Amino acid sequence: MTGPLLRSDLFDRPNRYIGQPSPRADAARLLQGRGRFVDDVTLPRMVHAAFVRSPHAHARILSIDTDDGRAMPGVVAIYTGADLAAHVTPYVGVLTHMAGLRSAPQHPLAIDVARWQGEPVVMVIATSRALAEDACELVMVDYDPLPAVLDTEGALAPDATLVHPDFKSNLAWERHVTAGDIDAAFAQPGVRIVEREFRFGRHTGVTLETRGTVCDFDPSEQKLTVHYSGQAPHMMQVIFARHLDLAEENVRVISNDVGGSFGIKIHTYGDEIATAVAARLLRRPVKFIADRFESFVTDIHARDHLLRARLGVTDSGTIVGIDIDDMTGIGPFSMYPRTSAIECNQVLNLTGAPYVLENYRARGRVVFQNKVLSCQYRAVGHPIAMAVADGLVEDAARLIGMDPVALRLRNLMADDSYPRTSATGMKLDDLSHQAALRKLVQIMDYDALRADQIAARAKGIYRGIGFVSLVEVTNPSPMFYGIGGAPIASQDGATVRLDAGGALHVSSSVTEQGQGTNAILAQIAAGVFGVDLDRVKVTTGDTATTPYGGGTWASRGAGIGGEAMLQAATALKDQVLDVAAVMLQTTRDTLDIRYGAVTDLDGTDRMTLADLARTVYYRGNELPSDLKPELIATRHYRVTDFPFVFTNGAMAAHIEVDTETGFVKVLHVWAVEDCGRVINPLLVDEQIRGGIVQGIGGALYEECHYSEDGQMMNVTMADYMVPMAAEMPDITVAHIETPTKTSILGAKGAGEAGTGGAPAAVLNAVNDALHPLGASLWQMPMTPERVLTALYAAAT
Amino acid sequence: MTRTATISLTVNAELVTATVPVRQNLVDFLRHDLGLTGSHVGCEHGVCGACTLRVDGRTVRSCLMLAVQADGCQITTVEGLADQGLSHALQAAFTRRNALQCGFCTPGMLASALSYIDAGGDADRDAIRAHLSGNYCRCTGYQSIVDAICDTIQESRP
Repeated sequence: MTGPLLRSDLFDRPNRYIGQPSPRADAARLLQGRGRFVDDVTLPRMVHAAFVRSPHAHARILSIDTDDGRAMPGVVAIYTGADLAAHVTPYVGVLTHMAGLRSAPQHPLAIDVARWQGEPVVMVIATSRALAEDACELVMVDYDPLPAVLDTEGALAPDATLVHPDFKSNLAWERHVTAGDIDAAFAQPGVRIVEREFRFGRHTGVTLETRGTVCDFDPSEQKLTVHYSGQAPHMMQVIFARHLDLAEENVRVISNDVGGSFGIKIHTYGDEIATAVAARLLRRPVKFIADRFESFVTDIHARDHLLRARLGVTDSGTIVGIDIDDMTGIGPFSMYPRTSAIECNQVLNLTGAPYVLENYRARGRVVFQNKVLSCQYRAVGHPIAMAVADGLVEDAARLIGMDPVALRLRNLMADDSYPRTSATGMKLDDLSHQAALRKLVQIMDYDALRADQIAARAKGIYRGIGFVSLVEVTNPSPMFYGIGGAPIASQDGATVRLDAGGALHVSSSVTEQGQGTNAILAQIAAGVFGVDLDRVKVTTGDTATTPYGGGTWASRGAGIGGEAMLQAATALKDQVLDVAAVMLQTTRDTLDIRYGAVTDLDGTDRMTLADLARTVYYRGNELPSDLKPELIATRHYRVTDFPFVFTNGAMAAHIEVDTETGFVKVLHVWAVEDCGRVINPLLVDEQIRGGIVQGIGGALYEECHYSEDGQMMNVTMADYMVPMAAEMPDITVAHIETPTKTSILGAKGAGEAGTGGAPAAVLNAVNDALHPLGASLWQMPMTPERVLTALYAAAT
Repeated sequence: MTRTATISLTVNAELVTATVPVRQNLVDFLRHDLGLTGSHVGCEHGVCGACTLRVDGRTVRSCLMLAVQADGCQITTVEGLADQGLSHALQAAFTRRNALQCGFCTPGMLASALSYIDAGGDADRDAIRAHLSGNYCRCTGYQSIVDAICDTIQESRP
């Protein structure tokens, strides 16, 4: 074996690809309509599922009459919750490390009581989706409506209706965090307090491809095959096996192209579980593809937080502490298996994390209600934590008359102060808050923007500039889920195989949902091993053919999956050079692999990889009998020593408020991101931009509106506002690269920072614009109505 | 509700005759009956743009058109885009600019972009953004799509 890997050997090689803006190989396929999304899968004898869903937010199910439906031509089967209960066990979304979290057993189809509008109650299987929907109309369900728990604050009132009467209250989880002595800090002379109530609306992912599945069951082998649009095939394998009482190895989960996920398609949805059960009962493939209405009333929602928050600051600009009280509504159950307490937990962990805080106090309460379940959606908890902390920071800056950048620079952790911990005890290393903010101010030309702002105000135009300094949780270790008993791998594997033609076939347990996972895996393998990029073929998303691992979520694909690939490619290179050294009658340390050939260290070609591989595979008789070539290598990687690897960044938003209409226009956004080593800047920049736009959606447009009786009101894409091209600004992205020391690759995640940070920057920009009018707004989305209401309140 | 009708139309230069339920959307016919799964379904009411394609040279939301209405029409889906000329240049620009992530919006995005370029649209970012406002993309943030369209226009009009 050679000595320890040197980073310079890997990253400065002749045919390096790490760090290059290489276009994705799979773009051509998607651009020519050759994608294979789950609704593109058609199998012989396949039938289609549709669901009768509860029209009530909370109701007792008195009776279900399926006779007319069953009699309809084309209908294959109709199942109620009771019918399926004999074939699938209920699930409970709790984790042992979330101490005190409780939830009730959940069935794929509601039994006896429906607890949100949209909960599946009856499943209809027919020879087409259209016929299944027709038959749903013929199924008669008699409901006795019950009072619904809707607003978060009211859920804990002593006389509140109980979502689960056995629990005696609607409290699902509560956590307290205390560091230092916030009361003493706030009482010190010279400390001034800003206090605000923040509201974050409920929103949802609106993946353009809706959820769906095609499940096939082969009774001869008791084998379930699930075509899955999602992020965690191995997790779903365990869940299907566990709840359908199948051997794990008899469940194959295949995830081909996924039309967006963002955390939406990584949970246990009753309609998808029911589809698998139906396939088993019918012994034939069953397809379920959610329509858009079903997406809005069943895809997980997120946010829905109400916080009271305070920050203390001295006149000279030292932040002495933050005190928050967060309450969030999660729907009637905690989502299985990741739970619905994680977002609140993240808010408590992350609020103020970029800053030196001696004193911090937080309380979080998670309550049940009769709305769609909420759970982990892109940037879990980050938009709330960042908007609360940085909203208060800029509020404090206004209070003491200090520039918001100057106040941040005074309180952000110093770049040379790591490793260290945050106020909440999070382990931090390799961060660059100060450098990121300085670079941001430079690329946006801050001084010129301030001058423009003053000039515009003189003309009655109200522009605002807002900032955020942020952290992002990436590369999670087993401390994230595995420790709590969830069947979720935190390690991932990569296999690299040299084929007879001299190409590499690689596979990985991380998954592709459009981020470019497959592209960066190929770049790493090609560059580290030594072949041209187009000679690497990638397989992901299949439990039968890839190594075992967690998938792509929590911004872990590049950092964890990429490191496993780097190590596997390094191992294969060593193995190939061992073979080459024997064939060339030299020693391994005199050889390298470059551009598909074994070379001398000066780059002189000695033999092609195809020659080597063909000799090994076809003419092994030419090799010494004691040489046992292995032209395949697998390595696994997990993060150790840290619960997860933090990234940091700084962003600024430039906006204009129309004080007549209340409309907020985002003029430009700048982002400086430190995700460690950038594997492909073309892809990373798009991740940041797409994330920022999703964050702008949450800040300005997106909200799930409910009626007083718990009906979601805006269940079409015409009514639920998402960011479209015309409203979105151009976004300037720059990088600082501080590689993480937890891996050789040094990559941290980059998938969620934009969504986590943009709402704070937009909030601050809006309040910066409103400030001269004496108004401020602390509720998202910042709709025209809310802006006008804030202006009206200030004027009266 | 199970009434059918027989239609004849040209899809990607191929003559097709089929008997379809009269209530079936054009996009469902293309996807499920003809196996042309490149056109996608995102909302089924003409808002998201994922099913956008060309019918007789006009840009159409194929979830808002019934298959029976396409009787006698010439239809071009993403699978039928030429592998040279403008559509090829646009696809190359999308690749170069990484103007797609999950790729679900992409066929519709290409159709809308081609209609903009064909109509003589300029490399004007605001105008392009306005034109694309009926095509939802959750992944990219749109900027790279605008970049790709600008590139294609500038390359095609020296």
